[in-house]
Amino acid sequence: MTTAQPEALNFECETGNYHTFCPISCVAWLYQKIEDSFFLVIGTKTCGYFLQNAMGVMIFAEPRYAMAELEEGDISAQLNDYEELKRLCLQIKRDRNPSVIVWIGTCTTEIIKMDLEGLAPKLEGEIGIPIVVARANGLDYAFTQGEDTVLAAMATRCPDKVSVVEAEKNERNAIQKLLNFGKKKEEVAEEESEYVNHPPLVLFGSLPDPVVTQLTLELKKQGIKVSGWLPAKRFTELPVIEEGYYVAGVNPFLSRTATTLMRRRKCKLIGAPFPIGPDGTRAWIEKICSVFGITPQGLEEREAQIWEGLEEYVKLIRGKSVFFMGDNLLEVSLARFLVRCGMTVHEIGIPYMDKRYQAAELALLEKTCKEMGVPIPKIVEKPDNYNQVQRIYELKPDLVITGMAHANPLEARGINTKWSVEFTFAQIHGFTNARDILELVTRPLRRNNSLKDLGWDKLVKEEAKI
Amino acid sequence: MKLAYWMYAGPAHIGTLRVASSFKNVHAIMHAPLGDDYFNVMRSMLERERDFTPVTASVVDRNVLARGSQEKVVDNITRKDAEERPDLIVLTPTCTSSILQEDLQNFVERAQLEAKGDVMLADVNHYRVNELQAADRTLHQIVQFYIEKARKKGELPEGKTAKPSVNIIGISTLGFHNQHDCTELKRLMADLGIEVNAAIPEGASVHELKNLPRAWFNLCPYRELGLMAARYLEAEFGMPYVDITPMGVVETARCIRKIQQIVNAQGADVDYEEFINEQTLYVSQAAWFSRSIDCQNLTGKKAVVFGDNTHAAAITKILAREMGIHVVWAGTYCKYDADWFREQVSEYCDEVIITDDHGQIGDAIARVEPSAIFGTQMERHVGKRLNIPCGVIAAPIHIQNFPIGYKPFMGYEGTNQIADLVYNSFTLGMEDHLLEIFGGHDTKEVITKGISAESDLNWTREGVAELNKIPGFVRGKVKRNTEKFARERGIKDITVEVLYAAKEAVGA
Repeated sequence: MTTAQPEALNFECETGNYHTFCPISCVAWLYQKIEDSFFLVIGTKTCGYFLQNAMGVMIFAEPRYAMAELEEGDISAQLNDYEELKRLCLQIKRDRNPSVIVWIGTCTTEIIKMDLEGLAPKLEGEIGIPIVVARANGLDYAFTQGEDTVLAAMATRCPDKVSVVEAEKNERNAIQKLLNFGKKKEEVAEEESEYVNHPPLVLFGSLPDPVVTQLTLELKKQGIKVSGWLPAKRFTELPVIEEGYYVAGVNPFLSRTATTLMRRRKCKLIGAPFPIGPDGTRAWIEKICSVFGITPQGLEEREAQIWEGLEEYVKLIRGKSVFFMGDNLLEVSLARFLVRCGMTVHEIGIPYMDKRYQAAELALLEKTCKEMGVPIPKIVEKPDNYNQVQRIYELKPDLVITGMAHANPLEARGINTKWSVEFTFAQIHGFTNARDILELVTRPLRRNNSLKDLGWDKLVKEEAKI
Repeated sequence: MKLAYWMYAGPAHIGTLRVASSFKNVHAIMHAPLGDDYFNVMRSMLERERDFTPVTASVVDRNVLARGSQEKVVDNITRKDAEERPDLIVLTPTCTSSILQEDLQNFVERAQLEAKGDVMLADVNHYRVNELQAADRTLHQIVQFYIEKARKKGELPEGKTAKPSVNIIGISTLGFHNQHDCTELKRLMADLGIEVNAAIPEGASVHELKNLPRAWFNLCPYRELGLMAARYLEAEFGMPYVDITPMGVVETARCIRKIQQIVNAQGADVDYEEFINEQTLYVSQAAWFSRSIDCQNLTGKKAVVFGDNTHAAAITKILAREMGIHVVWAGTYCKYDADWFREQVSEYCDEVIITDDHGQIGDAIARVEPSAIFGTQMERHVGKRLNIPCGVIAAPIHIQNFPIGYKPFMGYEGTNQIADLVYNSFTLGMEDHLLEIFGGHDTKEVITKGISAESDLNWTREGVAELNKIPGFVRGKVKRNTEKFARERGIKDITVEVLYAAKEAVGA
């Protein structure tokens, strides 16, 4: 390739005519993560229909979420919002008794200007269950940003006094000690000394519990203690956040949460690349270490060892090209990882680009491209799917990472695709899960390798002209 | 406000999009916020559609809230007109645009000045109609639009086709087994010597619509979609229509007899009795099945039926009339058309339930404990929970209800398919009971598979806790791999670290 290589990242912005999931979809994974929560989506049949179809079988597992379906009387204010919400929330309290009810505001509540933030504290006082309000609507946000709005709202609910909570914990510990009767005292003391003395660190971003364990252990190896995680398994276990605490994000779409933690909770944000891929994980840990003045131990070897284990996958994609249509904000991190795997990235479509929150990730992308000797891809914010499809026809990438609306039609035209939503639900963080990312990325290539002699590449009769 | 976990019929715009995207070369533009184009995913996933779904959004965002759509909708229409050259662009309102109350009709008129294709606004109100009603209306609207257009231009063809002919109205994308039904109905018409003048909307071009009046009559196989268009054509051109769903042996015969009466009234001379007799007794297996001893065993078994009007009514009649099954209750979620349903099924079941509340249906199933359920995907899941088999007979449906094999519900082949569906549901249920009585196929519990039966390894408490977080269906594999890993390396205690080190090493 002898094309002139752009020196720096190139940002573009298109029309915003692209396909993505509505941000209310975050309830699907957040209700599972926060075990004592109940999510109430205040919207219309359209929202309900989306959730019902997008969540597929989950809907039948007695989910802890529901629609407060607005009717014509609600829209024209013939019914009293407060009374209606009270009726539904009391029903939820009676049936499920959650520790928190999260109200998800939608496009409709925005347009009719339903004052959810105003109603919540009043109702909270009356029914005795915390009500957290997140405006995760399609007017303002895309897909994973829904989680961002919920966590930003949760951030203001984290307890700010260590003392009270610690006292409670000690009480619990007393019982714990009884249970640990046989355990030697030294062991407990030793556990404490495994950590370096550093200011408290709280991580934010919802991840499956096994991944939480893995990342926590990864930091423990460096002597870094994770004091808490936003969100925790239960709403009642939200971490203590005091002024001066350090916080670090694990996902690229959490910019509002980061802002809230900095401005409202007076925390210090560690701006690092995200722990996606072995390169990202190492950079993430190194950055945290550097902030605490710790010299990382054995990270380089660990990364090398992971790469070694990935070789069978990497050789399938090395030298191939990829095109991100953009719908979940993980695109920059994934592109950076795939460049490190030896791929060329044509385009990184992304719904929204927070250049400050993602600064370290962007810098790592740029550095990676230079080191791997590939052109720096252009980043297209608010992409236009129609234009992108035309560019895909022209560029003929080896792989297109896209939403389900375009996947089958592209496959029928002989273009390999990977459904982007899977990256949101799969475990992709840390050293341990790098293999899972490549498992996803290479699946279409492996599948098509086994089909390649059949001559069934293009399965549409005629390309639409014009 | 209504607390809802599940809905049977979708929002209005889904109906409009189903009809618009069924036509060839018709594009729908939704006036909607980001993320409301979920229809495209459903069509692409469920129907495994090879082509891009001709639906885009004119995105409503903060700017639109503040200043109105202004040029945006018009620009999006003219842009799509230039890019894809559709015959028709249907501007589709959503719940959001219903409350914004922008003058969408005005946008349509302005866009029409520039667009080469036709532009129209779907006349549906989110808060007044559901998916099915909206689909019916939109089809009517499009038919009317092109009939009037042709009339204005003097292009309406005169007279009828030489041979008896029919328009099949109501076949649409994302409809329950619609594609297969369409094929079966075309075969049936061919067997009856009736030409198919048009089948709309699926696969049709809007240019064909002006030819609709050339058919001798219209056939509306589905109660939910097509009747408005058929009534319009009757009012305009005196075209008779047949609205008997040819589902089940008796109803198929009734439908054919009605067709006979209609074409004979217009001067044909046909007698289908011989055909009906031949098909019923020898071609379709369903009549013979009713007589066979298999079906005897089903006599008096209890069943419940729930679905849309068309399918729930037809299946109720088949179960009760053709198989001797005791339908305890039959229900529909088409509340807006409840009277029709009551009239159809009252004599074939003990009780009629009209509701769109799945909780009420779940309770009603639990209450009567039927031997089998015939319902939607929701009832299938209720059945799973209560251990009652369920045959899916109506939307809402999942991807497994879009089979690639030929599975019509209508016509004579449809009767065979339904017989299989019903019979399989019941036998599975009986087999289950037998298993329960005799304690299962194989009572010997499988303790372990593979090499790690007697383990010399020690799982730490944290290790076990972490292992238990791993989903059950892969846990065994992860455990074996981890132990293998530990054994190979001479590790005695399996901690969380060892567990994940093993995963990294072998990709457990």
